[in-house]
Amino acid sequence: MAAGPSLAVWKFASCDGCQLTLLDCEDDLLEVAGAVRISSFLEASSAVVDGPYDISLVEGSITTEADAARIREVRAASKTLVTIGACATGGGVQALRNFADVEEYLSIVYAQPQFIDTLDRVTPIADHVPVDLELRGCPVTRAQLLEVLAALLAGRRPVLPSSSVCEECKRAGNPCVLVAHGTPCLGPVTHAGCGALCPSYHRGCYGCFGPHDSARPGPLVPLLRAVGSSDPRIVDLLRTFNVHDGSVVSP
Amino acid sequence: MTHRSPPSRTVRVDALSRVEGEGGLDVQIEDGRVSGVQLRIYEPPRFFEAFLRGRHHTEPPDITARICGICPVAYQMSACLAIEDACGVRVDGPLHELRRLLYFGEWIESHGLHVYLLHAPDFMGYPSAIDMAEDHPDLVRRGLAMKKVGNDLLELIGGRAVHPVNVRVGGFYRLPTAAELAPMRERLLVGLDAALETVAWVAGFDFPDLEHHHPYVALEQPDDYAVLGGRIRSTAGLDVPVADFDRAIEETQVPWSTALHAHLLDGDHYLVGPLARFALNRERLHPAALAAAATAGLTGPCRNPFQSIVVRAVELVHAFASAVDVIDAYERPDRPAVDVPARAGVGHGATEAPRGLLYHRYELADDGTILDARIVPPTSQNQSAIEHDLFDFIDDRLADHDDVALAAGIEALVRSYDPCISCATHFLDVRVDRTGSGAP
Repeated sequence: MAAGPSLAVWKFASCDGCQLTLLDCEDDLLEVAGAVRISSFLEASSAVVDGPYDISLVEGSITTEADAARIREVRAASKTLVTIGACATGGGVQALRNFADVEEYLSIVYAQPQFIDTLDRVTPIADHVPVDLELRGCPVTRAQLLEVLAALLAGRRPVLPSSSVCEECKRAGNPCVLVAHGTPCLGPVTHAGCGALCPSYHRGCYGCFGPHDSARPGPLVPLLRAVGSSDPRIVDLLRTFNVHDGSVVSP
Repeated sequence: MTHRSPPSRTVRVDALSRVEGEGGLDVQIEDGRVSGVQLRIYEPPRFFEAFLRGRHHTEPPDITARICGICPVAYQMSACLAIEDACGVRVDGPLHELRRLLYFGEWIESHGLHVYLLHAPDFMGYPSAIDMAEDHPDLVRRGLAMKKVGNDLLELIGGRAVHPVNVRVGGFYRLPTAAELAPMRERLLVGLDAALETVAWVAGFDFPDLEHHHPYVALEQPDDYAVLGGRIRSTAGLDVPVADFDRAIEETQVPWSTALHAHLLDGDHYLVGPLARFALNRERLHPAALAAAATAGLTGPCRNPFQSIVVRAVELVHAFASAVDVIDAYERPDRPAVDVPARAGVGHGATEAPRGLLYHRYELADDGTILDARIVPPTSQNQSAIEHDLFDFIDDRLADHDDVALAAGIEALVRSYDPCISCATHFLDVRVDRTGSGAP
């Protein structure tokens, strides 16, 4: 195995899709594996090396006491900690239960809820430990994952998009699905990075990269109402894959 | 092998590697015999069935995809079939064929991942495919190239490989053109050759002896190796429509797992997945896959779970060859989706995820609001059968294997089912418990 910085990949509550994106870098996987020492990546290897680790990629959000303790251990063992994807960075789809009664949820899924250990609220990694870099997306893109690894290897800052899906969409030359087709779209408030994928496939953005840094959902709401979205549906749209409190919709 | 272990002890695998998601395994040994095996699924629960309540009937394809990053299309397709069933709509013709094509992309990606990156290293003696690549770079590159064709097919039809954006209840948002599909056809043919080479390669592995006799359960259709819908059949005589899933199978909860366990109503455990599909539907494979299976010595049901890697390779051949056939017959429909107006009702949908039968059930209000949702993934159906196989496998080897060798064999066996713990927790650290005299 090559020299180079050690890399660890960690999973918390998630679907596995973001770490799978690393294995999906088919053209680059063996080159990446040659440039770093993969020291702990349970999904890919049964050989696990103890920390400390130069780079930790963290997938998933915190939903149990045990995981809240584990992320502190991961942080302590990691020089650079990067959250990968909507769950680690924003809580993810499972954070929808923050709006509901967990006891009721337990009883819907499990006949004997007393066996299940779960916290009342689902929280992103940054609520528990300092995070050095956050990658957005449900899932993250291969290109951004490779850019982050390349930048960390070269000791430079990664070049990541900071604008909105709406700007990416304009640059791609797509007709506006909201204006031209009356399709509800979160492009104006959603963090760039997907390349305006959904509008390119003739549907509205559903916000899987989360709100961009200066997002103002307020002015978008009347536009969504104008194309026929009811307020409850607007709240659903805003708070699916990256939790939003929906308060901008309140009358 | 190197020393005698105490007659009573616990063997524990704390965290299983090269599986999707995280879990462990405990094995209790009393007086030299296995007394208990538990797959511990400790991944936190994510409550999808609960937060689907109150959402709109158009949303489950996008939301349930997030249950699993390895088989999102399976969730999208089972959700679409169930909701369309509730609304009294049937999607067939070219839109159905395009769904099959997308699904083949997922089979290729998922089976390619499992055969080359997760399972083959056990037979080749490496901790990972990356280590294996140092000695066998061309083999690993062949696997990655096949997997990439699957991902590129997913991206072409679905927009992206993980959580495709182009699936909706009723069909798609945007249809590919024949010109976009043509170059993919050529790449699928290259993949088909690689899949045939893969069958020949994995058929030559040295497989540990193990034969199980669980009923196999899979979807069945009269003229296809069923992927999207069909009747639920078993090797023990079960033959019911998908709507009767609840009357054929029940789920129970066990204390050591956040995944529910499924059983046939007569109490018997059962297995879904490639071995089950192959046993029930072998003769409906694409001729190229059927021939490859025969060359590999598989002319009837395969009952050694370790050999599932050969069946997965055969299914790779089937997926590549069938995908080419879909493209050859493709005529772009007039509309990307059929209308699915909401109505009050209950709908059922089942499809064959790479890991086996995936069932969804939705109850809708007249405005499309979801009143109740139920999702039964393949891994929770397989948990009980896996535990039984582990019991037999370990019991046969206790006398002449130490705990280190046992744990390695146990992990390899668990991997052979391609368990997806992310799916099952809506598994694996191995612990062996030897109680009684001599226990530490």
